[in-house]
Amino acid sequence: MYRQAQWSEPVIFSLGKAGRVGHILPSVEEDVKKAVGDLYGLIPEKMRRENPLRLPELSEPEVVRHFMRLSEMNYGVDSGIYPLGSCTMKYNPKINEALANMPTIGLVHPYQDERTVQGILEILYKLERWLAEITGTAEVCLQPAAGAHGEFLGACLIRAYHKHKGELGKRQDILIPDSAHGTNPASAAMAGFNVVVIPSNDNGCVNVEALRAAVSDKTAGLMLTNPNTLGIFEQNIEEIAKIVHNAGGLLYYDGANLNPILCKVRPGDMGFDIVHINIHKTFGTPHGGGGPGAGPIGVSEELAKFLPVPRIVFDGKSYRLDYDRPHTIGKIRGFYGNVAVLVKAYAYILSLGFDGLKEVAEVSVLNANYVLHKLKALDGLTLPYNSEKPKKHECVFSVKPLKNKTGVSALNIAKRLLDYGVHAPTIYFPLIVEEALMIEPTETFEKEELDRFVEAIREICREAQTNPEKVLKAPYNTAISRLDEAKASHPKTMALSWRMYQKKQAAANP
Amino acid sequence: MSEIGVKSIEELYADIPEKYFLKRSLNLPNALSEFEVKKHIEALLSKNKTCADMPIFLGAGCWPHYVPAVVKEIVQRSEFLTSYTPYQAEISQGMLQALFEYQSMICELTAMEVANCSMYDWASALGEAVRMASRVTKRNEVLIPKIIHPERKATLQVYAEPAEINVKEVAYNRETGQLSLKDLEGKISEKTAAVYIENPSYLGFIETQAEEIGEIAHAHGALFIVGVDPTSLGILKPPGEYGADIVIGEAQPLGNPMNFGGPLLGIFACRDDQNMVRQMPGRIIGLTTTVDGGKQGFCMALQTREQHIRREKATSNICSNEALCAVASTVYMALLGSKGLRELGETIMYKANYAMHLLSKIDGVKAPVFKSPHFKEFTVNFDGAGLKVVNIHEALLQRGIHGGKDVSKEFPELGETALYCVTEIHSKREIELLAKTLEEIVAER
Repeated sequence: MYRQAQWSEPVIFSLGKAGRVGHILPSVEEDVKKAVGDLYGLIPEKMRRENPLRLPELSEPEVVRHFMRLSEMNYGVDSGIYPLGSCTMKYNPKINEALANMPTIGLVHPYQDERTVQGILEILYKLERWLAEITGTAEVCLQPAAGAHGEFLGACLIRAYHKHKGELGKRQDILIPDSAHGTNPASAAMAGFNVVVIPSNDNGCVNVEALRAAVSDKTAGLMLTNPNTLGIFEQNIEEIAKIVHNAGGLLYYDGANLNPILCKVRPGDMGFDIVHINIHKTFGTPHGGGGPGAGPIGVSEELAKFLPVPRIVFDGKSYRLDYDRPHTIGKIRGFYGNVAVLVKAYAYILSLGFDGLKEVAEVSVLNANYVLHKLKALDGLTLPYNSEKPKKHECVFSVKPLKNKTGVSALNIAKRLLDYGVHAPTIYFPLIVEEALMIEPTETFEKEELDRFVEAIREICREAQTNPEKVLKAPYNTAISRLDEAKASHPKTMALSWRMYQKKQAAANP
Repeated sequence: MSEIGVKSIEELYADIPEKYFLKRSLNLPNALSEFEVKKHIEALLSKNKTCADMPIFLGAGCWPHYVPAVVKEIVQRSEFLTSYTPYQAEISQGMLQALFEYQSMICELTAMEVANCSMYDWASALGEAVRMASRVTKRNEVLIPKIIHPERKATLQVYAEPAEINVKEVAYNRETGQLSLKDLEGKISEKTAAVYIENPSYLGFIETQAEEIGEIAHAHGALFIVGVDPTSLGILKPPGEYGADIVIGEAQPLGNPMNFGGPLLGIFACRDDQNMVRQMPGRIIGLTTTVDGGKQGFCMALQTREQHIRREKATSNICSNEALCAVASTVYMALLGSKGLRELGETIMYKANYAMHLLSKIDGVKAPVFKSPHFKEFTVNFDGAGLKVVNIHEALLQRGIHGGKDVSKEFPELGETALYCVTEIHSKREIELLAKTLEEIVAER
């Protein structure tokens, strides 16, 4: 069985010794010091740091050991299958990392003269064109730092569109299915819209009648994920698009689930006006424990004029950053986007080409259906919504029957899976499935690794019947046993920094 | 396929209406081998000029600093690199602890008690901070300095407008650049949710009246938001010690390469006040114990603020953030420690002030424009030389030096002015070369 490193590594503030330094800075020449004079004299007294900094002080090897040990207490895609639904945890090619870490990107400043950055501008320009082609949109903006940032930008563009038409005053509703990712309603609300939830039908798809009843001249747009979070393709997309467009609204595509339809069908062809892309899901860039990712958006021709500045333009000879866009909404961040991440996506597309990307989609769907087929046979799991039809990239099981019988919940299964060296699927999502296990295997795990995952689930289901106590107290083989997550959020015990922790300790033990 | 009983992949796509399937191949490049991909991208990137090829004196929100080899090594550890957001805490302790340490170090630097584990960048952190202040105070106006990065201001406007928050600018003293307290007093009211300043300011000078500004904000029931360049905080007073309620900023200079402007790393910290903490955006890692109380561990805290639980009522929509950049900054701060951070601040300030000293000696050149102390960036005015910044920079570039950022369009009242940046990576020789070359260019006019 799996065993993760257990280092009991202290918080770094408890390590090292006063006066130690792990990195030597370039020195300041004596004549520089002399010319400048008394440095602290330049800073008015009230602006000088008086209380000494209290950062840990370690030697270089101590720093390396500390973080090496921490890394050994972390699980990544390179450790094994990571089937988080809607997160598309696929293998991240190493060559892309090597290329993105080149000094010819790292040491380039965003405000350099355009003539000195033609290489990176060309990469970004071409990536925009390729992503536009893949999504079936007219123009792509690479600036959003993450999927949710792309959603916010998309919602701001919906705002700009209706404002331009003089209708923003009345168009205040964004329609969102109940199966949507949490970022959709959060992004729409951030952009100042009311969120109207559209229920799913018995097949797990948008209830078209409910949608028809919900649209009106107040409708600003609809945010939709297709295939949706149940892994089901919204078959009525043509009608959905028609209903929303006829009501004067725009159609927004949440690209979290783009992977299974890459180079097969395109959101733009389905009628979507705005599409975001999760580079860190679909285009194979690593998640980095939460980021950085990148969330470019593609838009129809009509919306392109509202995109943030600058736009990268090419006159046939050289690339330029164009700020002269009278209708632009402005900026949603500094500079041009998470460039180092975007370069990896460029390399990814270049490595795969059209046929390779299509194969990515197909194998991701095949893998999901293989896992689905295997798990369906297990006692205690059900597959709500359209259980007989093939799914796309992910499938959502409910463990409600198992829980009723044994007390073992989706959370318990997730925790016990960790003991097998298998990352847990997404749990308790989408909200329309009780005790949900949301599984997305992706295309980059071969049959043997998928079987290992299935076997682990099978074992756990059996153990739930025979020895539920064991499952309820899992995990055992991870760096630490089950954590008290409530304690971390309780006002009395909350410690969100070392400083806050020490203050609470001092108050408790005067 | 045989296992699941399908004969072709197409069967798995049978539910998609036929009309949507692509009938042609897309206009994408042909697949290349790894070797070819490498050759191709290296060749493209070799067209870029870097700060190793020529001295570059640009800053303005993204700064050239040295990234130690240890930092690069740690963030390439694939256990960190290829992991997701640490939803399953027990198997993700490494990332959780590193991010907790990041938060803790940011708190030490800024003298705040709570920090989140990253925002996208300084600009979006400003947008979120102002929205948070508006929720906390239930007011809808924010006062910002007229001297602010135009991209940060533009970003703030996009974040503020849907929340119906008015952004108003406070004038500055033409001689010193310092915020006009008179104008601030005139504009602040019971509608003001927050007063925002940057320290050091966008144009590089230290805002020396920070404490008074904070007092004015508090006297009117407004929050005080301060934006920082963290490399200054080894030597400058941390905002928590002059009344800041929220501290934001850009931590890219702490161990992250410039990368042509991204990814960056937004700082977001606040006081330990439950009303504020519960309104914070972003992921926050907390210290906790195992269920049996036997061991300390880490997990995500206060998730009920977040989009995956609270949906449209969430404090922010942020989900993916800049976690790995935060790990880089943690390693960087651990390497430097208290002593190193102070030395970093001193080294930068010495070198920048040395550059000002040399440049100000050139006939017709004024550096800095404002009579105030400057940290790492400073303004250089060429009006006395009768030359335009764009022409000077062209001449510099011809001689293998990249000048600072032209700000004469952003602040027309300052004339032909550029914003220069000098850090620990600029050698004495490079600074002297800049001064000598500028002197030649000015003399040639």
